[in-house]
Amino acid sequence: MPDETILEIENLKTHFFTTGGVVRAVDGVSYAVRSGETLGVVGESGCGKSVTALSILRLVASPPGRIVEGAIRFAGANLLDLTESEMEAIRGNEISMIFQEPMTSLNPLMTVGRQISEAIVLHQGLSRREAFDQAVEMLRRVHIPEPERRVHAYPHQLSGGMRQRVMIAMALSCGPKVLIADEPTTALDVTIQAQILDLMRELQERLGTAIILITHDLGVVAENADRVIVMYAGRKVEEASSKDLFESPGHPYTMGLLGSIPNLEVAAHTNSRRVRLTEIKGMVPSLADLPYGCTFAPRCGFATDKCRADYPPLVQHRPGHWISCWHADRLLGGSS
Amino acid sequence: MSVQSPDRRSGKGPAPLLEVQGLKKHFPLYKGIFSRVSGQVYAVDGVSFRIGRGETLGLVGESGCGKSTAGRTLLKLLEPTEGKIMVNGEDITDLDTAQMLPYRRQMQMIYQDPYASLNPRMSAGEIVGEPLTIHRIATPKERRERVTHLFERVGLRRELMESYPHEFSGGQRQRIGIARALALSPELIVSDEPVSALDVSIQAQIINLLMDLQDELGLSYLFVAHDLAVVEHISDRVAVMYLGRIVETTDKTSLFETPLHPYTEALLSAVPIPKYGARDRKRVILTGDVPSPIKPPPGCHFHTRCPYAFARCRHEVPVLRQALSGHWVSCHLHDDGVTLPLAKRPEA
Repeated sequence: MPDETILEIENLKTHFFTTGGVVRAVDGVSYAVRSGETLGVVGESGCGKSVTALSILRLVASPPGRIVEGAIRFAGANLLDLTESEMEAIRGNEISMIFQEPMTSLNPLMTVGRQISEAIVLHQGLSRREAFDQAVEMLRRVHIPEPERRVHAYPHQLSGGMRQRVMIAMALSCGPKVLIADEPTTALDVTIQAQILDLMRELQERLGTAIILITHDLGVVAENADRVIVMYAGRKVEEASSKDLFESPGHPYTMGLLGSIPNLEVAAHTNSRRVRLTEIKGMVPSLADLPYGCTFAPRCGFATDKCRADYPPLVQHRPGHWISCWHADRLLGGSS
Repeated sequence: MSVQSPDRRSGKGPAPLLEVQGLKKHFPLYKGIFSRVSGQVYAVDGVSFRIGRGETLGLVGESGCGKSTAGRTLLKLLEPTEGKIMVNGEDITDLDTAQMLPYRRQMQMIYQDPYASLNPRMSAGEIVGEPLTIHRIATPKERRERVTHLFERVGLRRELMESYPHEFSGGQRQRIGIARALALSPELIVSDEPVSALDVSIQAQIINLLMDLQDELGLSYLFVAHDLAVVEHISDRVAVMYLGRIVETTDKTSLFETPLHPYTEALLSAVPIPKYGARDRKRVILTGDVPSPIKPPPGCHFHTRCPYAFARCRHEVPVLRQALSGHWVSCHLHDDGVTLPLAKRPEA
């Protein structure tokens, strides 16, 4: 059934212990994803969106990183309590991941067919021969032309878009319940991006996979996600359905992000010299040295003394719309 | 109907700041121990455009389309293989390095990667002041004043002049790159993907800065980028490139409203729009990848991916011609007058 929570992260804290101090990359993040749904996770570099995802699969390099608190619930278990071998049975099988740069995630010395069938042999116990046939079938499903021939190709013989298709084929080969896609189209040209996102939607409809789509691109989120999490400096600052987030954002950071990207439609019809983009002044604070109170306050136009003193709690302002801002009520009132 | 430089202006009046005619840049490929030339990369394969004073021309296209090479070649950072480059009506195509010096003052460049384009061993102040030294302009004292002024102009505190590139964030480094480009008071700035390495909130700061500087100093920009939304925002006119050629060029509103080239149409529909409901719009999703510029397809370079391609497209190269007033396109669909909406033709 869709609507059923399949994976839930609860108060996750992943910190890195470096010589420069403790970097609180993820600092108390909670979110849940339902089967068949696409959850968008957005934020700028260093906001903790990727570290959260790596924490789900327990792939954070340790040392220096460590999950210091929280729980990750999947299929009735807390993934943080599992042994390494139990975790291996989940990775690439029940929960799989695709990355931004397929070239660095594919083994350059193995044909793509071997790489896809490796996971199938490992997790589904099929023979090499059967697994290889299934690899061909997977390549066909991700619309790679001439899959019987491409299955023998090495990664360098494929284009960027084709490599990302191979990654998706590999990630979906065992029919995972959750697919984590970390900036899956960022390295690709827009026309190829459109192909890949289209493919992900098609496969999701067919397989009912839950997708966690991590991206910095709000356009990609608007066109693909059902719900959205906005992260800033290691925390979730807003959560809403796509509709609510784009039509009435409640956090000043979300508003700032939306105002800072040129909109194709608007840009084409206005004399750009007269239209300024909204700037979010300053830059993201260092995660090793976060300001007191709300971490966004130093860059926020609405900040008051209260913001600089206390971090605002995450409050549900409308069904399913959570905002962590002392002024959210006023801001929501103003925008709706 | 002329097939020369696509521009609203006629050939009369003062010469445009920059005019490029039939520019080509091919890179030879070598093979074997005798380095025999085995082929060519047709990176830029005959592009023509003009940029007027105070105007921004956006050059947009996907990776490998030759947009960056075009930018570098017109500044003669690369030697053109063929074609003509004219600045204020003067032909600079065949000038040598020494002869180019005065023109370099008028034409500067901003690069994509603010990490790789700044010398790590020079302080920010030295980097910004270096062009003044090279061109032997001003006394050391005047130079210092100019650098201080430039720092303030691009929004960097003057104390930062003593800092080194690694001490700056990406956005600040891009500001240093801009200050350096402004040092010689150029008329034209070629900016090659100046914001694509930056986070969105910082991107907006840099775009606003570039537009403020243009208003204040009357600069002209050639803005090279892959992000169509950014290009539409900053440009007056836009030229779309595909595999070394310009396929369409017009003012930004017409490009968005009435794209005449199937590639432009696909590009517009592939750009994700940050608005709820945008996912429901009708879109054209291209199949396949961009072919190699080493062996571009015969005829129209785009025919292998074009949803409307017909027989003529496969062997006859379309010319860039003015199909509507000020709107240039190279596509056989419009050979007998403009046909809109774009659609598949019955095979003749």
